[in-house]
Amino acid sequence: MGMAATDDQFHVLAVDDSLIDRKLIERLLKTSSFQVTTVDSGSKALEFLGWHGNEINMFSEATISPNNHQELEVNLVITDYCMPGMTGYDLLKKIKESAFLRDIPVVIMSSENVPSRITRCLEEGAEEFFLKPMKLSDVNKLRPHMMRTRFKNDSIENGKPENEEKQENEEIITTGEVDLEMQQIQTAQSLQQQASQSNNDNNKRKSMEEGLSPDRTRPRYSDLTVMSN
Amino acid sequence: MEVEQLQRSFIEYTSGLFREGFLDGQFSQLQMLQDETNPDFVFEVVSLFFEDSDRLLHDLSLALDQQNVDFKKIDAHVHQFKGSSSSIGAQRVKTACIAFRSFCEEQNVEGCLGCLQQVKQEYLLVKTKLEALLRLEQQIVAAGGAIPTLNEFS
Repeated sequence: MGMAATDDQFHVLAVDDSLIDRKLIERLLKTSSFQVTTVDSGSKALEFLGWHGNEINMFSEATISPNNHQELEVNLVITDYCMPGMTGYDLLKKIKESAFLRDIPVVIMSSENVPSRITRCLEEGAEEFFLKPMKLSDVNKLRPHMMRTRFKNDSIENGKPENEEKQENEEIITTGEVDLEMQQIQTAQSLQQQASQSNNDNNKRKSMEEGLSPDRTRPRYSDLTVMSN
Repeated sequence: MEVEQLQRSFIEYTSGLFREGFLDGQFSQLQMLQDETNPDFVFEVVSLFFEDSDRLLHDLSLALDQQNVDFKKIDAHVHQFKGSSSSIGAQRVKTACIAFRSFCEEQNVEGCLGCLQQVKQEYLLVKTKLEALLRLEQQIVAAGGAIPTLNEFS
């Protein structure tokens, strides 16, 4: 149990100079069945993303969680704002300036509630701004951003819309680390996604994806009850 | 001791820590993230907090002992301390750090020294309490019991 959920997991790159916070973020994300890589600086994050000026190479030897693939596409970067050297804001700018990386959603975390800082990050292209410490309820906000870019990339790079269905089916099968909290998270998430769906129905792909989510939580949950009996 | 009795003490002790403001909801978040696949999560994070805090307190004492106090450096240390205490839910340490930073901004050495003592005191207090709590957890596990969940505090 717990090892099954490797296929098509979303992979998050978490950047924070504090070891405690890296532990916390890693655990929070893994509880939500994300695959996680953590690094302690913005420059290591860029290295992991394969950022060398113009060249991009998605392979890296950096610390990778045990259930890894050979190839690790990063679906989202979550970074602390206040770090020595390259700040989270600098990292955000570097990613958004790169033609190869700019489609990766970036989320900024900060322990300080400074409105001008939040505005600056959002204007520069950050998807969300979380106040630290990060909570389980924050993690729920990440998935919609990753889904949007995943399908965008699929259609652009592969031109294979069928991928969507394949991914959906695989995710139904992967019942790995599900517990009651997970169920609550999923439920909250479906509600949230339904809400965002009604706000934004001009994107057909997105609507389709989100429409499927509530159904996906149910098979997971029924599997859980079978397993625990 | 009986497992149920240990579990009861665990609940009572934890409730006390929340009631007296030593811990806040963030600590409940940590507890929620601990499960069979990660039975030592709270212990690991709390241990990191102890290591971090000991180092920061040492660095702060040194920095405040200089002829020309570098307030920027002190503020960076306190900022880190505030971050780690808030990440584990050590509420009273966090509050003491906030006061510390305002004296730092004023470049008030006396104020900073007073705050250092207060932060240290709050840290040592919560450290003792957390150690006791972790011991109780270990006893419960050793007796074959499950750690009670405390959802009412989250």
